[in-house]
Amino acid sequence: MRLGIDVGGTNTDAVILDEGNRLLAKCKTPDTDDVITGIEQAVSAVVQDADVDPKDITHAMLGTTQVTNAIIERRGLTRVGILRLGAPATKAIRPLAAWPEDLRDAVEGPASILPGGVEYDGRPISAFDETAVRDAVREMEDGIEAFAVSSVFSPVRDDDERRAAQIIREEAGEGKPISISSEIGSIGLLERENATVLNAAVTPVARRVVGAFEGALERLGISARLFLSQNDGTLMSLEYALRYPILTVACGPTNSIRGAAFLSGMSDAIVVDVGGTSTDVGVLAGGFPRESAVAVEIGGVQTNFRMPDLFSLGLGGGSIVRADGAAGVRIGPDSVGYALTEEALCFGGNTLTMTDIAVARGVAEIGEPDRVSVARELVDAAQERSRAMFEEAVDRVKTSAEEVPVIAVGGGSILFPDELTGVSRVHKPEHFEVANAVGAAIAQVSGTVDRVFSLAERSREDALEEARKTAFEDARRAGADEDSLEVVEIEEVPLAYLPGNAVRIKVKAAGRLKSYQGG
Amino acid sequence: MREITTQDLENLAVGAAILGTGGGGDPFIGMVMAQQAIEEEGPVSLMDPDELEDEALVLPTAMMGAPTVMIEKIPEGMEAVRALRAEERMLGRKADATSPIECGGVNSQIPFAAAARAQLPVVDGDGMGRAFPELQMETFHVYGVSGTPAVVADERGAVVTIEARDNYQLEWIARGVTIRMGGHAMLVDYPMSGADFKRTAVRGTISMGIQIGEAVAGARKSGMHPVEAVCAATQDTIYGRGVVLFEGKVTDVERRTREGFAVGHALLQGLGDYEKSHLEVRFQNENLVAIRDGETIASVPDLICLLDSERATAVTTERLRYGQRVTAIGIPTPEIMRSAEALRVWGPEAFGYENLNFMPLEQRFAGYYRRYGVPKEKEKHLSTSPKA
Repeated sequence: MRLGIDVGGTNTDAVILDEGNRLLAKCKTPDTDDVITGIEQAVSAVVQDADVDPKDITHAMLGTTQVTNAIIERRGLTRVGILRLGAPATKAIRPLAAWPEDLRDAVEGPASILPGGVEYDGRPISAFDETAVRDAVREMEDGIEAFAVSSVFSPVRDDDERRAAQIIREEAGEGKPISISSEIGSIGLLERENATVLNAAVTPVARRVVGAFEGALERLGISARLFLSQNDGTLMSLEYALRYPILTVACGPTNSIRGAAFLSGMSDAIVVDVGGTSTDVGVLAGGFPRESAVAVEIGGVQTNFRMPDLFSLGLGGGSIVRADGAAGVRIGPDSVGYALTEEALCFGGNTLTMTDIAVARGVAEIGEPDRVSVARELVDAAQERSRAMFEEAVDRVKTSAEEVPVIAVGGGSILFPDELTGVSRVHKPEHFEVANAVGAAIAQVSGTVDRVFSLAERSREDALEEARKTAFEDARRAGADEDSLEVVEIEEVPLAYLPGNAVRIKVKAAGRLKSYQGG
Repeated sequence: MREITTQDLENLAVGAAILGTGGGGDPFIGMVMAQQAIEEEGPVSLMDPDELEDEALVLPTAMMGAPTVMIEKIPEGMEAVRALRAEERMLGRKADATSPIECGGVNSQIPFAAAARAQLPVVDGDGMGRAFPELQMETFHVYGVSGTPAVVADERGAVVTIEARDNYQLEWIARGVTIRMGGHAMLVDYPMSGADFKRTAVRGTISMGIQIGEAVAGARKSGMHPVEAVCAATQDTIYGRGVVLFEGKVTDVERRTREGFAVGHALLQGLGDYEKSHLEVRFQNENLVAIRDGETIASVPDLICLLDSERATAVTTERLRYGQRVTAIGIPTPEIMRSAEALRVWGPEAFGYENLNFMPLEQRFAGYYRRYGVPKEKEKHLSTSPKA
């Protein structure tokens, strides 16, 4: 049996799925300040409700926003020793150059730009200098608890990054976490280096989360294999998560997209996750979230790691509805948020929210419907306005003009209309309110490669085959069953302004967890 | 002369991305390079071309090659200085100033990084007035300045000097050298006198880029729509005011690589005032032609810029995607870019549009331009009305 947990901004959700992926129990409880108490409460509730022996739970998956919050709030971060290989190239821009000052103060340790790195075709820029790396590490003061290494075009060849990491291990001791850029980001040195440094900086947060996750389950008598959800909708082992905690920063929306896919049985659709304050709209393509093509900012820093492409809309169950002279009605962007059960009309409050509109329309029975007395015109206007907002949001993420199906999930999806322009059908699957935890529970294991290949002396097929093999190997290392692996995404981008026939190839492979028959 | 601040460079990055007309490379990397150079070496001043002595020596600086490689193999910082010094040795005299050759995209910023390191002022003008893909597409070339001797320099100290038969051959050879240097390099070309710069450059383009960036940043505060603010920002320059060509959403993008260029088109479906209308924008790295409901409404060398409809920031060819809300605006190019000699180099025909005659935006949108006015030298376009 599998246990899926999602710790979101408001609630901690848990679900238990059996071997046939049937949902046995679900629970939604408010987050607790220490997070772990919330996890214990939600998990013990589903274990009881499903009436299962905790020992029968073989896999437990956690999706959490702890790492994201630590970066946004600049809390619990460690200072990072930074090595960049590529000199003399790259010296024109120092590491962390465009960071917000407060985050840089919290994270920046000694930084060096040293020889190494390669050209786009893998030829060395300058010879790796072992002594220089060793000296740089020795000169870093004792307070440095984590390291970040990046080198030019390491997505093409990462030898120098690995050699530098080995030297750091020798000089600083085995226990200190070392983040390597080729394993974290793609082409674009500054963004990849930023993500690598952030990854190193959040390692203490990851240790706490992982320790507490293990502790909570142990106290409940659960001895399952444990995993964390990552941005691309697949799982990583705790050991991997401790090395690459930054890969959890967008797992929330990803899990809801994957959960929506599972609950609806669909693999290609638009997924709309309606919460209390906002709605996230993402794209499910081939069973996975579509990733963003542009650099993603986190905590004010440009990064280029794998993130789902989302459009967020300030419209949710708690959004405040106001009559507005010119436009008829205005919805949000402010929301009563947590206080819905006190402030909404249907709960005896004084604020007209989108939840009240749903109650007035008779599509939801929440609180005391009698308390909601709103003019019909206002109800209709709010319904039409929200429909238009949803339509535009869906339209923004579509990849073609054709009609597409939509899967609506999340606690607020009752607001989502049953028919929209540009949408072939709206699905509201059972258990929609715990789609995130389901998404965590059913996740697969993946591997990716994103590299520039020169096609001057090899065929395109040859390059694609190498990319496929590398992605499979990456997935296998992450715990995937080799026989179940398949390519889920191939992207080829010819590099403009380069007549040397260089092409950037990105391949993602995914498969089910080894030693598990479901999924 | 004015001193350029790191804040000016931020605004220039926003404005130059718009002047890149879809291409030119993201100015971000160049901006951070220039900001660091100014922090380390001290301020750079921007001088008006009229402040140049006729006998002064201007050595323009630029990056050449693939912006996609430059975001990974970031420059060392002194490449352009080595290129400048080599050029000075060849010419037997010191440079008095540097300048951009291209005010659109990343090359708007490179001269500031070079100028800070080489302790030179930057002249406010360039040779394209926008972004173009090749070295002979320069007003300097059109009006008789030789691109050579030119110097290409890499981050490891390689310095290649080029003498060529003509500016076309310069482009061909420099491009080849750039590839061997790992995909991008720093370039000094079109060495020229102050008199030649004043005669051949498109003037005021850097301060205009800064103004456009300021307009985008400050529009909301002044209660103006950012797109409107961008159109207004060029009103009092040699370009004249920008004009909204279309507002809509992207419904299709087709892009393929041909001889190292990203070639294709984007289709927009109209919104608001343009409901039921369609716009096709054809590009080769940069946007070349805009066709509304079958009629060509703007073409190269006038600037066709796609802006995010809400924020008025540039949407580059590489980042065009289905569903984006974009507003296409046209910015009329200055007269120096529209002579018969100039159009032979970068008119529609030079990009393969055999049967397309260039018609200035002022003429096509004569009503709009009569209302807002045009620079004096462009008034002639208002009297000849467009074909029915």
